Amino acid sequence: MSRLSQHFAALRSRNEKALVCFVTAGDPNPDATVALVETLAKAGADCVEIGIPFSDPLADGPSIQASSQRALEKGMTVRKSLEVIRRIRARVPDLPLIPMTYYNPIRHFGLAEYARQAKEAGADGHIVTDLTPEEAEEWKRICIAEELDTVFLLAPTSTTARIEIVTALSDGFVYCVSRTGVTGLRDDIPAELRDVVTNIKAYTDKPVFVGFGISRPEHVERIVAFADGVVVGTSLVNLIHKERDNPALLDIVYQYVASLKAATKS
Amino acid sequence: MTTATAEYALLPDGRGRFGVYGGRFVPETLIPALDELTLAYAAAQQDPAFQKELDGHLKDYVGRATPLYYAERLSDEYGAKIYLKREDLCHTGAHKINNALGQILLAKRMGKPRIIAETGAGQHGVAVATVCARFGVECEVYMGEEDTRRQALNVARMKLLGAKVIPVTSGTATLKDATNEAIRDWVTNVRNTHYIIGSVVGPHPYPMIVRDFQSVIGREARAQILEKEGRLPDHIIACVGGGSNAMGIFYPFLNDGAVNLLGVEAAGEGLDSGKHCAPLTAGALGVLHGSASYLMQDSDGQVAVTHSISAGLDYPGVGPEHAWMKDAGRAKYVSVTDNEALEGLQKLAHREGIICALETAHAIAYLEKMRPQLTPETILIVNCSGRGDKDMNTVVQSLELA
Repeated sequence: MSRLSQHFAALRSRNEKALVCFVTAGDPNPDATVALVETLAKAGADCVEIGIPFSDPLADGPSIQASSQRALEKGMTVRKSLEVIRRIRARVPDLPLIPMTYYNPIRHFGLAEYARQAKEAGADGHIVTDLTPEEAEEWKRICIAEELDTVFLLAPTSTTARIEIVTALSDGFVYCVSRTGVTGLRDDIPAELRDVVTNIKAYTDKPVFVGFGISRPEHVERIVAFADGVVVGTSLVNLIHKERDNPALLDIVYQYVASLKAATKS
Repeated sequence: MTTATAEYALLPDGRGRFGVYGGRFVPETLIPALDELTLAYAAAQQDPAFQKELDGHLKDYVGRATPLYYAERLSDEYGAKIYLKREDLCHTGAHKINNALGQILLAKRMGKPRIIAETGAGQHGVAVATVCARFGVECEVYMGEEDTRRQALNVARMKLLGAKVIPVTSGTATLKDATNEAIRDWVTNVRNTHYIIGSVVGPHPYPMIVRDFQSVIGREARAQILEKEGRLPDHIIACVGGGSNAMGIFYPFLNDGAVNLLGVEAAGEGLDSGKHCAPLTAGALGVLHGSASYLMQDSDGQVAVTHSISAGLDYPGVGPEHAWMKDAGRAKYVSVTDNEALEGLQKLAHREGIICALETAHAIAYLEKMRPQLTPETILIVNCSGRGDKDMNTVVQSLELA
């Protein structure tokens, strides 16, 4: 059983829901990313997605676009992102880590070589936002060989046939997008979300986590009533950017993430 | 080669692939919409009423068939027989309306009340705004802020036609970024919105659909040249950004192996300068905007910043079918610089009294490079894809005509 599956099975046995956090590698800088992920782990994050920046992130809203752009402008690359993951792994030996990026940078790197290096750096799984199962045959084969979990996404528009395919192929958890749209802050939780998640869970025993638009403890509370976990990205990326020069950055991030984690247990 | 060319008409395959190119590299949210579009298009193709309606609008609204014009003084200059396929005479001034019209009819069939589009030079945006006005559909057009400046006339036209023009400031604020933003809108509003992509790019089935709707150019040209000359041309020349006008005129000639197909990319300030947008000439395999094709990218797989004097060619990617035709040797791709394009534009204006678009000027300019191989018997067709009114500001500044 992979580290992801073990970790989430343990959570389930404790009747606890998962908090997954997202940060962009290299925003505001590589050292900060390493320290931030260590802080996320201390604050209770169950898993961290490390965004490897891409110039054209078409599934992301303005906040993560800007974060990716800042990281790239400071010279972040795929290779340097893997180095950041390696350093994070040295600090948090047991935290599930999932690089998240788009297809072109890793295809350009060389899929097999990239997967090998990602695994070696300490990644447990991987998300490629613009790679659906139909286009992922080679990637899936490589990841199986490297024992790297592949997480696929489902959306409110996904048909029954697609739910069957994605739940069968996704490892560790199934990532359910909360709404039609890109990443970014929203005030509300879509009314249809409960039905979307409940329907997906009818097809799989794998944990189903919900992401996109989740930023507040009350969002988390409402979603974990029917889902197995939540993914929080944009609000964290915004907070880190806003407080990047504040000496208390890590404390502020700790408080925020601890409040989200507390909401998974309520 | 015969076997290979016979296969062209069969592509893309069931997965939307042209060899290793094409495919559907998009977020999960869009997959059901692409499936829906694939089915709706297949049904429309089987429905004689759809083709009849499309043909009717192409004739009476767009003004087709466009002439295949014998450019007498240009022919004298180059010592060959040069014909221009006058897409610049289409309603709205470019070939873009052929596709916009086909897709608005598809959107109607799918019951989508809202249309979005991306635009670079603004010709596609104007075409979409036009058909949306004609059919009474809400229309929003994403356009890079940089392009809204250099193509201000087209922004005004779109607004007058009732479309909302949304300037895009992210990234390089050109066509690539407008396309990103249009895709983000589509992901968000996919249930009630149809995205009219303007070129033979994007995820399957778009490259196929846009090619098919633009193929009217090549079908007409083929019949017209046979009528005028009694034989097929030796060369067909078209500019290539995403590649829709080129694909439209090339496609009906794919199985005519003796017809030399030439796509002209924008070399900008020169291929060595790095400031260009010639992915087929100087790029490598990559994935952008939902399909695998040639792509301008850096050593890290990040999409490169491009440059062309022509907003419509200022795009780092290219249609996957062009990538396939390049690799298969069926078409040849070359490039001309900003300055060469400006010379081409002036030559056509002086010799034929036709002010073409800067995009089209790249195709015209390539005649100069063909000069040594031309004979009085050589027959060429250049796709005159658009008219140049929109570019007057850029041209006036570049040539210091004011």
